Amino acid sequence: MFVRSLNKLASPRYFYILAGRLVPWIGVVCVVLVLIGLYWGLVIAPADYQQGDSYRIIFIHVPSAWMSLFIYMVMAVCSAIGLIWHIKLAEVVAISSAPIGASFTFLALATGSLWGKPMWGTWWVWDARLTSELLLLFLYFGVIALYNAIEDKRVASRAAGILAIVGVVNIPIIHYSVQWWNTLHQGPTVTKFDTPSIDISMLIPLLIMAVAFKLYYVVLVLMRSRREMLLRERNTKWVQDLVEVQ
Amino acid sequence: MLLALRRRAEIVNPLLFFVLVTTLFPLGIGDNPSVLKIAGPGVIWVAALLSALLCLDGMFRSDFEDGSLEQLMLSPHPVSLLVIAKITGHWLVTGLPLLIVAPLLGILLSLPGKAIGVLLVTLLLGTPVLSLIGAVGVALTVGLRRGGIILSLLVLPLYVPVLIFASTAVDAAAAGIAVTAQLYMLGAILVLAFSLAPLATAASLRISLS
Amino acid sequence: MTNDFSLVARNLECIRGTRALFTDLTFSVQSKQMLLLEGRNGSGKTSLLRMLCGIRLPDAGSVKWCGEDIFKLGAEYREYFCYVGHKDAIKQDLTPYENLRIAQVLGNSRFDRSIDEALEQFGLYGYEDLLTRNLSAGQQRRLSLARLVVTDSPLWLLDEPFTSLDRDGIKIVQDVMAGHIETGGMIILTTHHKVDLEGPGLQRIDLSQCISDR
Repeated sequence: MFVRSLNKLASPRYFYILAGRLVPWIGVVCVVLVLIGLYWGLVIAPADYQQGDSYRIIFIHVPSAWMSLFIYMVMAVCSAIGLIWHIKLAEVVAISSAPIGASFTFLALATGSLWGKPMWGTWWVWDARLTSELLLLFLYFGVIALYNAIEDKRVASRAAGILAIVGVVNIPIIHYSVQWWNTLHQGPTVTKFDTPSIDISMLIPLLIMAVAFKLYYVVLVLMRSRREMLLRERNTKWVQDLVEVQ
Repeated sequence: MLLALRRRAEIVNPLLFFVLVTTLFPLGIGDNPSVLKIAGPGVIWVAALLSALLCLDGMFRSDFEDGSLEQLMLSPHPVSLLVIAKITGHWLVTGLPLLIVAPLLGILLSLPGKAIGVLLVTLLLGTPVLSLIGAVGVALTVGLRRGGIILSLLVLPLYVPVLIFASTAVDAAAAGIAVTAQLYMLGAILVLAFSLAPLATAASLRISLS
Repeated sequence: MTNDFSLVARNLECIRGTRALFTDLTFSVQSKQMLLLEGRNGSGKTSLLRMLCGIRLPDAGSVKWCGEDIFKLGAEYREYFCYVGHKDAIKQDLTPYENLRIAQVLGNSRFDRSIDEALEQFGLYGYEDLLTRNLSAGQQRRLSLARLVVTDSPLWLLDEPFTSLDRDGIKIVQDVMAGHIETGGMIILTTHHKVDLEGPGLQRIDLSQCISDR
C-alpha cells in the first residue's frame, strides 16, 4: 500500500499536481516562521556578553551553513535513487536542489564574512569552516556546470548525479583535511566561528530559523522541480493537455 | 590486459610546465631563503597538481575521438579493470616523470634533504590519487567540447585534501617534526581512491558514451 | 557454430531532443539471418544500433538476447557480439598488427585465428608493420572491420561498414559477411550503399517510415 502510493507519487503528472497544491501552504508556514525567528533573534534574545549585538548574524549564518550541507546530502541521495532505480522524480529533485544549495552556501559565506569584519577586522579569514564552505560552493558549481554542459538532459542528470555522489564522499575528507590544515597554521586556538556556549534563549530562535530555512528549501525545490518536470515531459500528453487548458 | 603503447612526445609538456612553474616562483616572490623555505613545498605540490590537471584530458579523449573508447566499453572484460590499466598507463607517463624531476626542484628551492625524501614519498602516494580522481572527472567530461575547463572545476575541490596533507607533510619534515600522520592519511586516501575511483570512472564512461 | 541465437527487440523507442525518431519498433533476428537498417541521415539508425549494443538506454522497450534482457546480462552479453561503429576505433600510432592484437585481447579472443591470416583476408597483407596513419582511408576501414574475424562473436553489429571502401574492398567485406552467415552467425547493419546482400535470411527495416506522431 505504501509502495503503491510511493509509486504514484513518483509519476510526473501526479507530482506536478500535488506539489502545486502544497507550495502555497508550506510557503505560508515558512514566512510565519521566518518572521518569528527573526524577531526573536534580533529583538528578544539578549546581547552576547562577548560579541555584543553583532553576533546576531549567526541566526542566518548557521542555518545557512546547515542547509548547504543538508541540501548536498539530499542531492546526493536523490541522485543515487535516480541512478539505481531510474526514477525521473529523483533526478529532477536532485538537480533542482543544486542551485538552492549553492545559494545557501554563498549566503553562509557572505554572512560569515560580514560577521568576521567587525570581529577580526578582515573580510575573509582562512578559517576551517569558511574554507570548507568555499570548497563546497565549488562542488556545487561543478554539478551545476556539468549538468548545463550536456545537452541530453537524461544523460546530464546521470552525470551530475555521479559527481554529486563522488562529492558527498569527499565532503568529510575535505572538511577534515581543512580542519587539520587550519589547526596547524592557526595554533590550538578555538575555531573562530565556534559559537560560544549557546544559551537556550539564543538556541530557540536559531532552531526556528533552521526549520524555516528547511521549509523555504522545500518550497523552492518543489517549485523548481515542477518547472523542470514540465520542461522534461513537454512531449507527453498530460503536459500538452495542461497547456491547452491554460 | 594489454596496455596500449603510446608513442608520444607528450610526456615532455607537463614536465616542462612543472619545472617552469617551480622556477618562476622564486623569481616572483624574491629569493629570500626563509620565505622560500616556508613556501617551497607548497609550491612544488601546487605545480604538480596543475601539471597533472594539464594532461588529464588526454586520458580518454583521443580514445573517445577515434572510437576506441567504445570498443573498450564493449569488451566482455570488466570495465573497471580496463580503467585501472588505463589509469596506470597514464600515471606512468605523467606522474612518474614528476617524481624523477622533483628532487632537482627541491634543491632549487633549498629544501633540506630529509624534506626532499618526504616530498618524494608524498608524490609517490599522491600523484596516483590525482590520476585516479582525475579519471572520474575526465570520464564525466570526455564527451564535452570544452571539457577541459569544467574538468578543472570538478576536480580541484577533490584534490584539496591531497594538497593539504602532502604539503604539510613536507613542511613538517623540513621543520623536523613527525610526518607519520599525514603520510597515513595520504595512504588511506590512496587506498580509498584506488577502490572507488575505477568503479566511478566506469560508471561515468558508460554515462558519457550513451 | 551449433548454437541457436536470437536477438529480439520489442517496442523500442528513441527520442532525440524533442522528437521521437522511432516508436514501437519490434523485430527479431535469428542465427543465419541478416538485418539491414535503412533510412535517411538522422533517422536513428546509429542510435538503434547502439541500443542493441547496450551503450544507449532505450527510451522505451526492451532488447532481449536469447530470452534475457541485455541489461540484466551485462558483461555476459558483450561476449556474444562485435560492434564496428562509424569511427574506425584504431590507433594511428600503432601498426595494423598491433591494432588487431588489441582488438583480439579486448574481445572474445579467438587465438586460433592468426592476425596475419586476418590481415591477408582483408587485403592488408604486407602492411603489418607500417604505422596505421600511413594507410589510406579504405585500408583503415578494412582494418577496423578485420577485428570481426579475430574475435569469436556470433552477432555482428555494423554501422556503415562500407564507408570509404572501393569496389574491391566492398567485395571482400561482403564475402566475409556471407561466410559468417553461412556458419550460423547473425549480422545487423546500417548502410547507405546499394550493396549486393540478397539472400534467404535478409530482412530490411526502413527507419524513415517508423516515425509516428506523438
